[in-house]
Order: sequence, then C-alpha cells, then structure tokens
Amino acid sequence: MPSERPAPSGNVMIDIQGVKKIYPSQAGDVVALDGIDLAIHKGDIYGIIGMSGAGKSTLIRCINRLDSPTEGRILIDGQNILTMGDKDLRRMRRTVAMIFQQFNLLMQRTVLRNVCFPMEIAGVSKAQAHKRAKELLEIVGLAEKADAYPAQLSGGQRQRVAIARALATDPKVLLCDEATSALDPMTTQAILSLLQDINKRLGITIVIITHEMAVIRQICTRVAIIDGGRIAEKGNVREVFANPRTTAAKRLFRTTAEEELPPGKRCLRLIFDDNRTYEPVVAGMILASGVPVNILSANIQTVAGQQRGQMLVELPDDPEGAERALSYLKGKQISIEEVNADELAGTIVHDR
Amino acid sequence: MSWQELLSMIGNGLWETCYMVLFSTLFSYAIGLPLGVLLVITERGHILPNAPVNSVLGTLINVLRSVPFLILMIAVIPFTRLVMGTAIGSKATIMPLTIAAFPYVARTVETSLKEVDRGVIEAAQSMGASRMHIVLKVMIPESMPSLVSGAAIATTNILGYSAMAGAIGGGGLGALAINYGYYRYRTDILLVVVVVLVLLVQVIQLIGTRSSRLVDHRLK
Ligand SMILES: Nc1ncnc2c1ncn2[C@@H]1O[C@H](COP(=O)(O)OP(=O)(O)OP(=O)(O)O)[C@@H](O)[C@H]1O
Ligand SMILES: [Mg+2]
Repeated sequence: MPSERPAPSGNVMIDIQGVKKIYPSQAGDVVALDGIDLAIHKGDIYGIIGMSGAGKSTLIRCINRLDSPTEGRILIDGQNILTMGDKDLRRMRRTVAMIFQQFNLLMQRTVLRNVCFPMEIAGVSKAQAHKRAKELLEIVGLAEKADAYPAQLSGGQRQRVAIARALATDPKVLLCDEATSALDPMTTQAILSLLQDINKRLGITIVIITHEMAVIRQICTRVAIIDGGRIAEKGNVREVFANPRTTAAKRLFRTTAEEELPPGKRCLRLIFDDNRTYEPVVAGMILASGVPVNILSANIQTVAGQQRGQMLVELPDDPEGAERALSYLKGKQISIEEVNADELAGTIVHDR
Repeated sequence: MSWQELLSMIGNGLWETCYMVLFSTLFSYAIGLPLGVLLVITERGHILPNAPVNSVLGTLINVLRSVPFLILMIAVIPFTRLVMGTAIGSKATIMPLTIAAFPYVARTVETSLKEVDRGVIEAAQSMGASRMHIVLKVMIPESMPSLVSGAAIATTNILGYSAMAGAIGGGGLGALAINYGYYRYRTDILLVVVVVLVLLVQVIQLIGTRSSRLVDHRLK
C-alpha cells in the first residue's frame, strides 16, 4: 500500500496538533474532541466524516475559533490562531470562510447585499463591494437573482449565495459544515461540483464535514474518519476506501454498499456470527429457491474481537423463488434484514 | 360651550396627547433599546456573556415593571420637578411616562432580538464581524419586522398611560376626560374623548402592522 504523501511543512494550510475539547456539564464533562492531529495541505479538498456526535462540528468550529479547544494548537498558514487577540482573530476569520447546513443568510437583505456583507464589515467601499459581489454571483451562477431576497430562493440557490458570500473576502480556506445535508441529491451534486470548481480555479483549500460517504467520494482528495472525538483513520480517499482498517471506517462503508443497492429490488442483509457458515448457506439458498440469487457484497468484520460475516444479496425477481429463498434462510442460524436503496435502515425480518 | 370651543379643546387635547406619546415613546426607546440589546447579548452563550449584568438588569426591569403607573408617577414627582421645572402639564408627564415605559420597551426589544437565529449570528462571527457589527448590522435589521410591531404595541401602551396621567395633573385627552367628563358630568365630552382615543389606537396599530409587513422580506 502506498504511504501517505510526505508533506513539507510549508505546504500545510491547517495544522491541528493535539486538539482536545471538553464541554463541562452537570452530568459530567463531555469530551467532544480527544486529541486530534491533522495536517490539511494547501489546495486539498479534505473530507472529515463520522457518525452523529463524533465531534465533526466541534472540530470544524475550532478551525475558525467559533469554539476554542481546551488543549492543543491550531496553525493556519503557520499562524497560531489560539493565541490571537480579538482583532487578529477577526482578521484571521476573513481568510477562513465558512458555509453551513442551514445557509444562515440574512433574510432581510437582498442576495447582492448578503454577498456584500463581509466586505462591508471589512471596510471595503460600497462601490467596490457591489462590483465584487456581482462577479461572485456570476461565478456561482446567480447573477440574475442579485435583487431577490433569500426567501425567494430554493435551498440550492441559497447555498450558492452563501458560497459567494464566503468567497467575498478572498479566503484561503473554506470550511463546509454539512453544507449539502439539507439539499436533495441533484442539488448536492451541483453544489459539490461548484466547490470543486472553486477549489481548482481559485486554489482555495476546502474542508468538508459530512456524514455522507457519497460526498467524500465525489470531491475529496483526502479523508479523515472521526469517531468518538478521535481520528480513526486518515489518508488518501481511494486508499482508505479500498482498505478500511478500523471498525469506524467499516461501519461507514457498510452504509455505502447499501447506498448502491439496485433500485426496485428486494435485498437482504444476512449477518452470520461465524464466517464458516457462509458457503453452505448460500449454496442451500440457491438450491432451495431454484433460481439464481445475486450476491452484492460480502465481508467479515471484527466487532469486539468476534468475527462477524455479513452479506448483501438481491432476491430473484420471481416472487415465488424469492419466498422460497427467504423461508430457507429463516431456518438458518442467521439474522436477516430486508434493506432497499431508499431507506438505509432496513427492517429485520428474522432474528436468530 | 360652543361647538367650536369644544372642537378646539379636543383638538388641543389631541395635540398634547400626540406630543406626549411621541416624545415618551422616543425617549423610552432611547433607553429601552440599548437595554434590550444588553439583556440579549449578556446572556449565556451570546456575544457578550455576563451573568451578573444580565441578572441585575433583568431584576431591575422586573421591579420597575411591577410598580403601578399611578404610584410611579407620584413617586417621581420630585425628580420630574427637578428635571422639567414642573410636575404638571403634558410636557412634565413625558418624564413619568418614559420611566414607566422603558422597562417594557427593553423587554419587547429583548423578545424581538431573540428571534434572530443563532446560526445567522454565528455566520457573521465567522466572517469576522465585531460585536457592534452583529448588533447593528445583523440583530437589529434581521428582527426589524418584530421590532416595528413591538413599537406599535409600546406606543398604544404609552397612550393608555398618558390618559391615566391626566388624572393627576398630566395634560392631553386624559385630562379633558377627567376634568369635564368626570368632575363636570359632561358625558358627551367623555364620549368624544374615548372615541378619539379608540381611533388613535386603531391608527397606531394599523400603521404598525402595515409597516411591519412592509419591512419584512421573509414572506415575499
Ligand atoms: N455546546 C456544547 N455543550 C455540550 N456538549 C456539546 C456541545 N456541542 C457539542 N457537544 C457534544 O460534543 C459531541 C460532539 O458534537 P458535534 O456537534 O461536534 O458532533 P457532530 O459530529 O457534528 O454530530 P452531527 O453529525 O450530529 O452534527 C457530542 O457528544 C455533543 O453532545
Ligand atoms: Mg454537526
């Protein structure tokens, strides 16, 4: 396996060193980040993925100090942002822009004046700000909506405005916290392509927080998997995908396989406690149903030191064959979940 | 009393009332708006968290708001005399009206400003906005529709107080109602005053509702 690209430190845009974040609370301290080390290089589109509550938002909010880490150092382009005073902090934030899941536009301002906002607070002259705002709206493909109000726009259009606004102060870094999570798949694609385009054309380093594997796969160059406030795995996207080493990664990838389920087909996830029972069960199922059964994926996971095999199968189109296969499986020592492309959760049809 | 005299008396009373209410409203906003802002931003997790300031201010406002207006008005007479030179008449009444109204204004403003989404404030912070920017360019403009309708309600409240002030030496329509309608049994004058007050409230409310809708760009 090729190793991680060794990076000269001059190439690092965001350097996160031993960052811890503890939220004190009556019920006991919540350790949201538990020693994060991460180097994000200039020009990267860096994906950070993890389950809900893993600490993704906390981490990205530390990068522009919307939250302050309890411990550790964060350098942006070589500058330690955690020791900055108020004024330097505000200047730094102009170079580290951010977009949000809920867009967070000013609802009482027109699109144009929303894009002008960061320039206005940075003291750019009105005429200059207008000119730049128009250029930016051109880039995000919303020039004709300059005088509209955010309430008149669709979600995708609102996020484009947010992106134009984020670019207004010529940032070096763009942080995206679940920026596509409120959008439908088509719009998500379009926004991701826009981000990719911005990364290429303007050379802006992009950090993307998401819980969707598809987002990482579509545009990220590198990925870090965060789990329980720690980095479980990181590296080149293709390598991490091809060879997940941790359960956190595998857990995420399991949902990926299901994202690719053939639409309109009945599929089952079979969970074996012992991988040796694999083959006889498959052979028996095919024999019992009398028609071929398509195996979509199969893998073995180690959960808490125990091997667990799991397999995704597509039932035959013939309903009688499908029923025969299913009743055969129900007689075996396995758990069966019916899953389909639309809903990732799946319904348990047989629990051993 | 001729019709002309009656009309000019009512007209005069109306003018005094409008004048009192207008200035009292302006002054109570001059004090109440900054206090309302302070109440919001000193809250935990906001842009200027400060628990002592927040609780002292909150308590003070509650105390002031729980004093009945008539008692407050009598209690501040020495102060009014000191500042205004006199304690009677419509001009002097602006003082107790302002003192009675600003705590209420602070609370209405607080409620309106709290409607501003935390995410939007955070976005402004992420762009390098200072606290002043956030208050002046985000919180106040974003809650403008709510501030405007709150102001209409505050104005009608002050109008009500101003009529009450007529009972103890204030001027305006309230004084007319007391002096003629009550002491001299002129029910007709009393009735006219009530009708004028009702119309005034309607007009203020209408202007408030209309302009609130006019400045709101969320629903168009
Ligand atoms: N302000 C806070 N006070 C206390 N605990 C917090 C606070 N913010 C986050 N946490 C806790 O920190 C942990 C990480 O939260 P975070 O929001 O970073 O998760 P996330 O990975 O972004 O999850 P999601 O995908 O649901 O957005 C969670 O356990 C959360 O409850
Ligand atoms: Mg989050």
